Amino acid sequence: MPDQISLGRRNFGRFIIWGSAIFLILTVLLQSLDQTNFLTFGFENWRPTLYAYLLWAFCLCLGQVILYGEQGKRRLFILPAVLFVISVVIFPLIFALGIAFSSWNLSSPDGRQFNGLANVYQMWADPFYWNALKNMIYYTLAILVEYVIAFGLALLLNTQIKARKFFRVAFLMPLMLSPVAVSWMIGKSMLEARFGPISRLARELGWENPSFFGSHEMARSVIMMMDAWTFIPLMMIMILAGLQAIPKEMHEAADVDGAPPWKKFWEITFPLMLPVSITAILIRIIFKLKLADIIINVTSGGPGGATDSVTSFIFREYRDRSNVGYGTFLAIFYLIIIVILMTILIKIADKWMKPRY
Amino acid sequence: MKKQIFHDTAKDLSFKPNWMFNRLIIYGILIIWAFICLFPIYWTITTTFKAAPDVMKGNIVPWWDFTPKWLGLKSLGLSPNTIFVENTVREEFLKRFWNSTIIAFSSSTIAVALGSCTAYGLSRFSYRFGFMRNSDISFFFLSQLILPPVVLALPFLVLYKELALLDTRIGLIALYTLTVLPIVIWIMRDQFGSIPVELEEAALVDGLSLWKAFITIILPIALPGIIAAFIISLVLTWNEYFFAALLTSSHAKTLPVMVASQTGSQGIAWWSMAALSFAAILPLVIIGIILEKFIIKGMAAGAVK
Repeated sequence: MPDQISLGRRNFGRFIIWGSAIFLILTVLLQSLDQTNFLTFGFENWRPTLYAYLLWAFCLCLGQVILYGEQGKRRLFILPAVLFVISVVIFPLIFALGIAFSSWNLSSPDGRQFNGLANVYQMWADPFYWNALKNMIYYTLAILVEYVIAFGLALLLNTQIKARKFFRVAFLMPLMLSPVAVSWMIGKSMLEARFGPISRLARELGWENPSFFGSHEMARSVIMMMDAWTFIPLMMIMILAGLQAIPKEMHEAADVDGAPPWKKFWEITFPLMLPVSITAILIRIIFKLKLADIIINVTSGGPGGATDSVTSFIFREYRDRSNVGYGTFLAIFYLIIIVILMTILIKIADKWMKPRY
Repeated sequence: MKKQIFHDTAKDLSFKPNWMFNRLIIYGILIIWAFICLFPIYWTITTTFKAAPDVMKGNIVPWWDFTPKWLGLKSLGLSPNTIFVENTVREEFLKRFWNSTIIAFSSSTIAVALGSCTAYGLSRFSYRFGFMRNSDISFFFLSQLILPPVVLALPFLVLYKELALLDTRIGLIALYTLTVLPIVIWIMRDQFGSIPVELEEAALVDGLSLWKAFITIILPIALPGIIAAFIISLVLTWNEYFFAALLTSSHAKTLPVMVASQTGSQGIAWWSMAALSFAAILPLVIIGIILEKFIIKGMAAGAVK
């Protein structure tokens, strides 16, 4: 039932929304004029625009309640989050598109220059970027191995064992640790060629001069293993939750039929776990595509770009060369690839996701 | 004598040793994996107390093959004999620690507040914003999860420079809130979905307003989910390195950035790096041990429908 809103209240609501909107537009206009040196107001930065935006957002939320009463209060549940996400994602993304097609080096005094498709050509001829994309494929494929390990561990945790809580906490630990700390703890000290405990172990096992970041394949697999070490718990716990949701009768029925364990797994557990597995793998892929911290801190992409991920590559592109324009273009290109691939993956996964119990 | 229904076949009887063997393998694998998970943490803690010769000799067990020394904590100015003395490293460390704490806690709080309201609204009412309906709005929020941080990093660098938000805590808080918001919404949607609608219907009939019913009745019931979402946000924001490395320089630098900036510059002075790494992971290790139940709950949310 719509509330009775008086005309005066309605006008007031409209007034604060439109009033603050006009104020926001005016501020933006004045600031742009100031920026382009048409007029001088002496703004030091764009803060006034930010404040005007915040005021408008606040008035918009308040206006909903004033204008629509009960209905407006319902909108109030999601409006702040929508405004927040739009202002910190959509707006910067549009802004990023502008930067992506320009040559902009923060360390050079020229400022931003529109350069059309030059960044596209540069990317096309940039072997290191394609190499980083290729590495991302390797890194993503490693998820299958992680999945098998996580599934195995979840199965073990789901059996009748003592000290289950201890094992759960212990298995969860790697996920809690900061990737930067992990980079030092494992990458820089435990894998250190002379004194690291893992190198010592390798020497005991007969590897003369253990070097974990010497060859391309070795370095890449070490990075994969460190990343797997931190993220296996995430998949393991999702799979464990799925295992615990399987109705007990399923297993009992199979036991009565006298099915051997491996058959029980392949014909009951695994198919039932398919939806959960796919969710876990998709989420893991999403996290994997952001992989950077460990690479930046342990190898900074070396040797010869063998361990570079797209994110770490762009990070260095900015850090070492202050090349904002080109870096942003690479990032946008990466985003487009991700969105296309993820959409296809989700579409394919949807077919398999139908719960079977 | 009662007739036995299930006879023990020869196969069943011979199963016993097999079962023992299975147990042995299961515990064997579990213990090996627990060792893999815990050893790096143990290594870091013990290395904090090692001097250079201990590191070079590869000593691992304290008191047995090396005597613990206060080297690591001394380098941070936190050992017993330096704790009351002025120390620039400690000042620096505490500042970073405090920055991390404030940023992680504020962004998690904001994300949980915004996310809970959104998830509640989406699970209870039907909205229409233009062509966007509930499922579209949900997708809009969750799709932010796919967005790689690197896409936002450079535009934000430029924007924050213009807005004078570079190297400020507020700037980082806004970004971190954004990165964990989809996860919070994911967890809370699951949580609110499991609370029966009749509950607030009864409250509304009793004359409570919409928001009052939400705050006084629904939120307390959803508390486990809220705690789970908060802790997972805390873990992610505390550990965040990428944005912090790009957007802060001196004032708002967080602990991970400090840890990263020290690596490599210490030579064989492993004890100081170990102490720093240990300090960076300690809060979360404690949270992980105490609140493990909630973390698991949060991660399992949405996995099972």
